[in-house]
Amino acid sequence: MSAAEPILDIKNLSMVFGGLRAIDDVSLHIRSGEICALIGPNGAGKTTIFNCITGVYDPTEGSVSIKRGEAPREEIQGRKPNAINRKGLARTFQNIRLFGNMSVLENVMIGRHNSLKAGIFKAIVRDRPTREEEQRLIDDCHEILKKMRLEMFINESARNLPYGAQRRLEIARALATDPFLLLLDEPVAGMNPNETKELEETINLIREREKVTILLIEHDMSLVMNVSERIYVLDYGRLIAEGTPNDIKSDPEVIRAYLGE
Amino acid sequence: MTRKQTLVELRSTLATTAWFVALLFPFMVMKVSVTGGKALVTFRWAQLPVIAVSVFLLSFAWRRAIDWNEHRGDKVKARTPLSGFVDSIRAALAKKRIRRTAIAAFLLVVAAYPWALGMYHTNIMITALIYVILALGLNIVVGLGGLLNLGYAAFFAVGAYTYGLLWKYAGPAFVAAGIETGWLFWIALPTAGVLAALFGILLSLPVLRLRGDYLAIITLAFGEIVRMVLQNSGPVTGGATGISLIPRPWFFGLRLPPRQAATYIYYIVVALVILTIFVVRRIEDSRVGRALEAMREDEIACEAMGVDLVRNKLVTFAMGAFWAGIAGVVLAAQTTYINPDSFTLWESIMVLMAIVIGGTGSIPGAIGGALLLKLLPEYFRPLAQYRMLIYGAAMIVIIIFKPDGLFPRNRKKYTFVVKPAGDAEKGARL
Repeated sequence: MSAAEPILDIKNLSMVFGGLRAIDDVSLHIRSGEICALIGPNGAGKTTIFNCITGVYDPTEGSVSIKRGEAPREEIQGRKPNAINRKGLARTFQNIRLFGNMSVLENVMIGRHNSLKAGIFKAIVRDRPTREEEQRLIDDCHEILKKMRLEMFINESARNLPYGAQRRLEIARALATDPFLLLLDEPVAGMNPNETKELEETINLIREREKVTILLIEHDMSLVMNVSERIYVLDYGRLIAEGTPNDIKSDPEVIRAYLGE
Repeated sequence: MTRKQTLVELRSTLATTAWFVALLFPFMVMKVSVTGGKALVTFRWAQLPVIAVSVFLLSFAWRRAIDWNEHRGDKVKARTPLSGFVDSIRAALAKKRIRRTAIAAFLLVVAAYPWALGMYHTNIMITALIYVILALGLNIVVGLGGLLNLGYAAFFAVGAYTYGLLWKYAGPAFVAAGIETGWLFWIALPTAGVLAALFGILLSLPVLRLRGDYLAIITLAFGEIVRMVLQNSGPVTGGATGISLIPRPWFFGLRLPPRQAATYIYYIVVALVILTIFVVRRIEDSRVGRALEAMREDEIACEAMGVDLVRNKLVTFAMGAFWAGIAGVVLAAQTTYINPDSFTLWESIMVLMAIVIGGTGSIPGAIGGALLLKLLPEYFRPLAQYRMLIYGAAMIVIIIFKPDGLFPRNRKKYTFVVKPAGDAEKGARL
């Protein structure tokens, strides 16, 4: 696979809500195997970009295209979220959105919804292939939970989990959908420095072991600077800088956006 | 409780008492009698202290109960004598032999019921079991899918009218050909299920984007529309007078006298209830069922995980409606007479109430709730005029003290074989 060709390519993306241009002509791209960060002050439009990529919003202008492996490049803007997830993009949410009353294992099982086939009639008849599929599903999900250090919570309701574990469970659920690109929306928000450090390792390991490319939104600068290879900085819906962590640290535009004049 | 807390408590209770006395004054103390065109108001002052004292005591007890409920926490999970009893039964049932015996004994009781208790009680039980099917069906929509449906009676009506209309239009042909008309029941049963499911899909199309109160209002309107259409299409549906003389189910060519017919329908409905429980349980614990629950928990996250919400909602409504259709056919067969008045908003609310009281999303809850709500009023007829009062009070008490319902769902627990420690070391950890 040519490493040069971006697996996610956003061109001239704009999103207008009424009179507000939440995103204004943003272009960015991610190559296979990268960890990229999208940063910016509150309200800069980071999550809106995520929502445009994952189909929650239909962007006003511009295009979002993906290229997975040898498959031809494909435009995905305006598609429905579940269709986009099927193409191999998975995300987590800034304000944790777990299935609170379902168990931890079941949360991850939902992530594999599309890897299974059993419909209503199979569910009622429960023939051998269906039972085997179900058992495989449980085992797979158990594996994923072990990797995310969540195996001790398997039968717990998701909403009873400690905060940090809930964040990890969101990532586990997203990984269960077999993505090639993982979008993390503030994965360490509200975590203490130890938990942040742990999640940093987790993110690196996901990239190495699962061969998943990662785009993350984060306010925690230590995490951003440590894990990401490239950073995009957004302010008032516009891209104001792009580069390596070192470039960004010394970029006058970025400093002005964050600290004011 | 400190002295100060007690004082605060007493003051609040007194305020409540004063408020209630003021509210009840016109009903309980004043009495208007019209004699000779003149209204005469008499004041029954003796009632006043009685009201005041009883309201005071009730209010005090209520406040203490709420206080207890808020402070019991999760740790000391209400170790009442009853819960101990329930636990010991659960433990006993976990043993395979005891469980088998218990199920066999229970089935025996169910089978002997109509022979032991006679036609009157059998008919009451049939009605209650029809509600069990309805509650189990609505539980798929409301309990699993989280879609509040107030028009559920419409699907019930579709079922009943499928049988009714089949009888009205195909019946004469059957009679002319000399075929037993009771056969129609067995034709109507699957047809009604499928037709109701189609109506479910029809209803779900316009409400795909709606949730919560909006969905409730639209479904409510749908229920009323169906009833109105039935009522106003006189030439076809018989209008407000409905359809009568619907045949009872066929039983090997025998013309059963009403008593045996009731017994026969009883067995049919028991079989249908068992079928419903079986199917609903399997669906609940499957890929489809989990997707429904995920939709109830969080639509946005559910969609982001690749679940097709449109398909999911269609399936939910169709599955829920299917059982209502089945229940409708049984109702028509039992009463042999249907008219639109049997399918009012009130029916939808009763079924909804049954699953809320029993425990939303719980199969034992839907069964228990429906049985309670249908059987208790039958056997407490003397209290019939207080029915609404009791329902209201029961709802409030259950929502506050047992928000998961009387028979909450026991979530499936997954067990895993723990591998030896050596393997865990090797296993890749992210």
